[in-house]
Amino acid sequence: MKRKITPYLIVSPYIIHFIIFIAFPVIFSIILTFHKWNIISPMEYSGFNNYIQLFQDKLFLKSVLNTLVFLVIHIPLQIVVALFLAEVLNQKLRLRGFFRAAFFLPVVVSGVVVTILWQQLYGFDTGLLNRILVFLGFGKVGWLVNPKLAMPSIAIMATWKNVGLYIVLFLVGLQTVPKYYYEAADLEGASHWQKFTKITLPMINPTIFMVVILSTIGGFSLFIEPYIMTGGGPLNSTLSAVLYIYKQGFFYYHMGYSATLGLFFAIIIVGVVIVQKKFIEREV
Amino acid sequence: MKRAIFYIVLVFGALMFLYPFLWMLTATLVPESEIGKLTLIPSSVSLNSYRQMFDKIPIGRALLNSVFVASTITLGVLIFGSMVGYALSRLQFRGRNLIFYIIIFTMTLPFQITLIPQYIIMVKLGWVDTYLALIVPYLMNALSIIMFRQYFKSIPQDLIDAARIDGCSELGIIFRILWPNSIPALVTIGIITFMASWNEVLWPLIVIRNEDLMTMPQLVTLFAVGGRAESQLGVKLASAMVLALPIVLAYLFFQRYFIQSMASTGMKE
Repeated sequence: MKRKITPYLIVSPYIIHFIIFIAFPVIFSIILTFHKWNIISPMEYSGFNNYIQLFQDKLFLKSVLNTLVFLVIHIPLQIVVALFLAEVLNQKLRLRGFFRAAFFLPVVVSGVVVTILWQQLYGFDTGLLNRILVFLGFGKVGWLVNPKLAMPSIAIMATWKNVGLYIVLFLVGLQTVPKYYYEAADLEGASHWQKFTKITLPMINPTIFMVVILSTIGGFSLFIEPYIMTGGGPLNSTLSAVLYIYKQGFFYYHMGYSATLGLFFAIIIVGVVIVQKKFIEREV
Repeated sequence: MKRAIFYIVLVFGALMFLYPFLWMLTATLVPESEIGKLTLIPSSVSLNSYRQMFDKIPIGRALLNSVFVASTITLGVLIFGSMVGYALSRLQFRGRNLIFYIIIFTMTLPFQITLIPQYIIMVKLGWVDTYLALIVPYLMNALSIIMFRQYFKSIPQDLIDAARIDGCSELGIIFRILWPNSIPALVTIGIITFMASWNEVLWPLIVIRNEDLMTMPQLVTLFAVGGRAESQLGVKLASAMVLALPIVLAYLFFQRYFIQSMASTGMKE
């Protein structure tokens, strides 16, 4: 008898935690989407108003598109840079450990630190990047003040922060490619580029797709970078979806509407990831 | 020749990643007027920026809060994660698969969906502006459960059977038999959990308003976006520096473990 109950006792903290912090919130978020509520006064049933508002909300649409712009720049950039540096690091060179550790440093540092730092690097008059550009004889660039450039600037920063992790993942992937493939290619007189496109790339396809999915999920939660750097500006060009949901919930206390946005955005995320996974299964 | 190009690429790359941090360090040590110069060697060193920052915000208190919150969460995740991981890998009971699928489901559930309702739960429980709000929601972690489950599967069943014959309780098996044999898993899960909670900032921004309970990332964020840094770059960067320092120091000593642990989260499939 004792044997039979013990497993349930052991998993009971998880079950309780799951019910309070996941199952109930998910159900409650669906209920919330049919209500208007500012937390202080009682909940007010509002039918489909939140959904109607959502589909007419140009700012939400913009925030989703902004997030997609971020992903479309961030992911390819990250893969190219990570793969390039991993390929170089994979050669027989001295100090590889040092270089790997240097590339990885921004990964362990808080995003808050990285954002505050890059805000200064991107500064228009005093920023380090513009000083270097002026020093080299170029003009100043409005990294964060030009609405067309602000989101790409954030995507570049995010790449700088995360790329070390993906370098390490690619290094692991590269080490799974059998050495004799390259030796055979050498005998055939293949160039470095040919070996890279014909052997390396196909062999590490699974790693590439894993990186795509990991950085997609990470990118959809973009929040603290625009929150600190630009507050969503200029002209809402860096307003990410999570930042918008946060503002609706905790600046305006539109709990019902904010929950609706959260639910809808979560469905978009799951949809994108499912499409990516389908695509991957077809490719591999 | 080819090797020389590789080294140039690597040195250039390392500069790209290290130079900004060194520049930041310099910027916190020079007078406000000298910030932004390209050189790394200051003409004179002053701790003025740090002094001003310590006067303006309770950063020491925030450091203690961060250490307390992140350590408690890490300990909780190790304890509960190994319990559930053990049950899922070694015990037979009805509903085991269901629990496993629930855990996999929670891993794919975007947090955006639960953010608002979780905040409302905190309000209803009266946990807003308490440590409970920062800690309790994070005590269970799906990824760590899966990692423990995976690791425990590699431990020989004989070890567990022998302990049972000696009259060891199930909890005794987990903490006295499995834990000493699972150091790599404990280190990996410990590091990723600690890092994740140390760097968490969205949730604290939502549930904590009282400055005395803020963790470091939240306090530094509000300091940076609020008016209190009075647009003094040195002071702002000094707060970021203090936020970075503990993790960077830990990283310098244990970088191999950091890299392995964080890379393993990407390898879960």
